[in-house]
Amino acid sequence: MGAADGSAPGALRQALARAQRRRQWRAFSLTLPLLLFLLLTLLLPIAALLLRAVENPEVARALPGTIRALDGWDRRDAPPAAAYAALVRDLADLPDGADAGALARRLNSEVPGARSMVMGAYRSRPFAGSDEAIRQRLLQADPRWGQAPLWRAIAKNGARWTPDYLLAALDLQRDAQGRIERMPADQRAFVGILLRTFQISLVVTLCCLLLGYPLAWWLAALPARAANVLMILVLVPFWTSVLVRVAAWIVLLQSEGLVNRALIGLGLVAEPLALLFNRTGVVIAMVHILLPFMILPLYSVMKNVPPSYLRAAVSLGSPPWAAFLRVYVPQTYPGIGAGALLVFILALGYYITPALLGGADDQMLSYYIARYTNVDVNWGMACALSALLLLATLLLYGVYRRIGKEQPIH
Amino acid sequence: MLPRPLFPFLPRFPRYATLADKIAWWLLRALCVAVLVFLLAPILVMVPLSFSGSSFLVYPIPGWSLKWYRHLFESAEWARAARNSAIVAPAATVIATALGTLAAVGLARAELPCKGLLMSLLIAPMVVPIVVVGVATYLYFAPLGLADSYFGLIIVHAALGAPFVLTTVLATLAGFDHNLVRASLSLGATPLRSFFRVTLPVIAPGVISGALLAFATSFDEVVVTLFLAGAGQATLPRQMLTGIRENITPTIAAVATLLILFTTSLLLVLEWLRGRRA
Repeated sequence: MGAADGSAPGALRQALARAQRRRQWRAFSLTLPLLLFLLLTLLLPIAALLLRAVENPEVARALPGTIRALDGWDRRDAPPAAAYAALVRDLADLPDGADAGALARRLNSEVPGARSMVMGAYRSRPFAGSDEAIRQRLLQADPRWGQAPLWRAIAKNGARWTPDYLLAALDLQRDAQGRIERMPADQRAFVGILLRTFQISLVVTLCCLLLGYPLAWWLAALPARAANVLMILVLVPFWTSVLVRVAAWIVLLQSEGLVNRALIGLGLVAEPLALLFNRTGVVIAMVHILLPFMILPLYSVMKNVPPSYLRAAVSLGSPPWAAFLRVYVPQTYPGIGAGALLVFILALGYYITPALLGGADDQMLSYYIARYTNVDVNWGMACALSALLLLATLLLYGVYRRIGKEQPIH
Repeated sequence: MLPRPLFPFLPRFPRYATLADKIAWWLLRALCVAVLVFLLAPILVMVPLSFSGSSFLVYPIPGWSLKWYRHLFESAEWARAARNSAIVAPAATVIATALGTLAAVGLARAELPCKGLLMSLLIAPMVVPIVVVGVATYLYFAPLGLADSYFGLIIVHAALGAPFVLTTVLATLAGFDHNLVRASLSLGATPLRSFFRVTLPVIAPGVISGALLAFATSFDEVVVTLFLAGAGQATLPRQMLTGIRENITPTIAAVATLLILFTTSLLLVLEWLRGRRA
C-alpha cells in the first residue's frame, strides 16, 4: 500500500491507471476469441469480396507484354503489328490452358465472340517470324483481329484494378477514352433492379407499419398477463421457419387456395385472382415474415409512453382522435423509426421469398447476386452488386443505431 | 386499488367517449384481431393438410391419413437432412454460445476504448445481408477446401448466431451484481472457479436464451447453406427449399408441422426463461 501514505497522490493515480489498463486488457482478451473467430469466418471473406469488386486480374496477368505494346495506341483503328506479336508471345508464355480460358472468358464478357478468337490464337501458338508475319497469320485465322473492339477491351482491362464492375452495377461504363457515360438504353438493367428492390422494401415497410401499429398499441394498453399471451401469438410466427411460411402462402394463395375460394364464396370476385408468382404474393409473404420485427420495437416504446398524457389531453378538451394523433403518436416516433428501418433493412436483402413467390419481374438485388455467382459465374459483377447492397444496408443501419440511441430504454 | 376487470379484453369507455369514438375503437380492435389472424392462420393451415389423405394441398380435406408422415420417416433424403441439421445446428450453437458468452463477460467488465467500433464488428453478422455472407464465404472458402464441408458450414452458422448470444448475455449482465464476484474472489476462489460457480449460474437464463436464438438461427438458415453446403450437407431447410421448388406435396406439410411443433416448444422454453429472469 505504498500509495496510501498520503505523500504521493501522483503515484496513487499512476497505480490506479495501471490497474485500470490491466482490467481493460483482461476484458479485451475475453472478447478477442469472438473477434478473431468472426474475422476469420466472416469479416475477412467480406473484405475479400469487396476487393474482388474492383479487381480485374485476368488480362493484366495473362498479357503484360501486349499491354505494354498497346501503350500509346490511339484506340481507333487496329494497333501496330508489334502488338500482334506481343499477344502471341504472351499467349505462348502462359503456364497452362486454364489461364487462357480465364482470359478468353473475361474478354468474351466485353466483346462477344472474343472467346473463340483468343482460344484459336492460343491453340495455334507459337508462331515464328516477323511481327508483320504474325499479324497476317492472326488475320488469316480470324479477320476480326483486324478490327479495334477486342484490342480496345485488352487495352482497357490492362490495369489490375478497375471501377468497371461497380460502374456497371449502376448502369454506367467507360468509353474508349475512359470517360464515364451511361450504358446504351438496351443494356441498362441494374438501376431498374435497384429501384425495384427499394420499392418492394418500401411497400413492405409501409404495410408492416399500417398493420403493426394498431396491434402494438393494443398490446401495450392491455394488462401484462393478457399482453403476454397475445405476444406469444405474435412470436409463434416469428419463430416459425421462413420456409414453412413461404410454403403456407403458396398453399393459401394458389388459384384453388383458401383465399381465392373465400373471395369467390363471398361473391367479391368472379374469377380466381392471380396472387402467386407476382408482386402481390411477394409483398404478402414478406409482410407476414417481417411484421413481428415492426411490432416488437413499437411495443417496447409504447410500453413506456405514460397513458396519463393522453388522458390529460382529453381532459383539457381535445377529441380522443386528435389527442391520439397529436399527443400519443409523436411519443412513439422512436419506435416507428426503429421498426420501419429494421423492416426496410431486412427487406432489402431478401432472396428466398421473392425467388419462390415472385415472377421474373419481382426478383430483388440478392437474386442477381446469387445468379452471377452460381449461374453466370461472373464473380466481379456478383461482388460489385454485393458491395452496393452492403453499402445501402450499412448506411441505413447507421441511421438505425442513431435512432436507437435516443430511445430511453435499450 | 381498482378491482381486477372481469373481462380485461373488453373496453371500459370513459363517459366523454362519443358514439363515433366507440365505433372507431371497435374498428381498431377488429383490425388488431385481423392482423393476429393474418399472422397465425397461414401457419395453422399447414397442420391439418399434413394429415390429408389426398396428395393435393386443398381444403376441404377429403380424408385423413398418416401416410405422409410415414413417407417422411421412410425417406432417405429427409433422414439425411434431419441428421445434417442435428449435426450442424448444435455444433454451431456450442461455438456461438462459448465465444459469445466470453465476449459478453469481457465487454461488461470494463469500459473499453473504441467500444462502439468493437461492438459494430461483433454484431456485424446480424446486419450484413445474408446473400452477401453466402457469396463471400463461398468465394473465400472454396479455394481453402472448406466449401462442401461440415466444418465450413458450422463455423459460418456459428458466426451468424454468436451476436445473438452476445447481445442476450450482455443484457442479462446489465443487472448482474459484480460484488458477488468480488466476494467469491476475496474468499479465495480462482477467477475461473468464480466464473463457473458464481457468474454463470446467475446469468444462465440469458446464456440459454442466447443459445436458443443461435440454435434457431442455424436451424432455419438456408441461404448460406445453399452456397456453402454440398448435396451431402443439405440441412432440413435446404431440403425443404428443394421440395418447395419442385412441387409442394403433403410431405412438405408434414415437415412443416413437425418444425412448427419444434420451434414453438423452443419459444415456450425461451419465454419461460424470460419470465424467470425478470
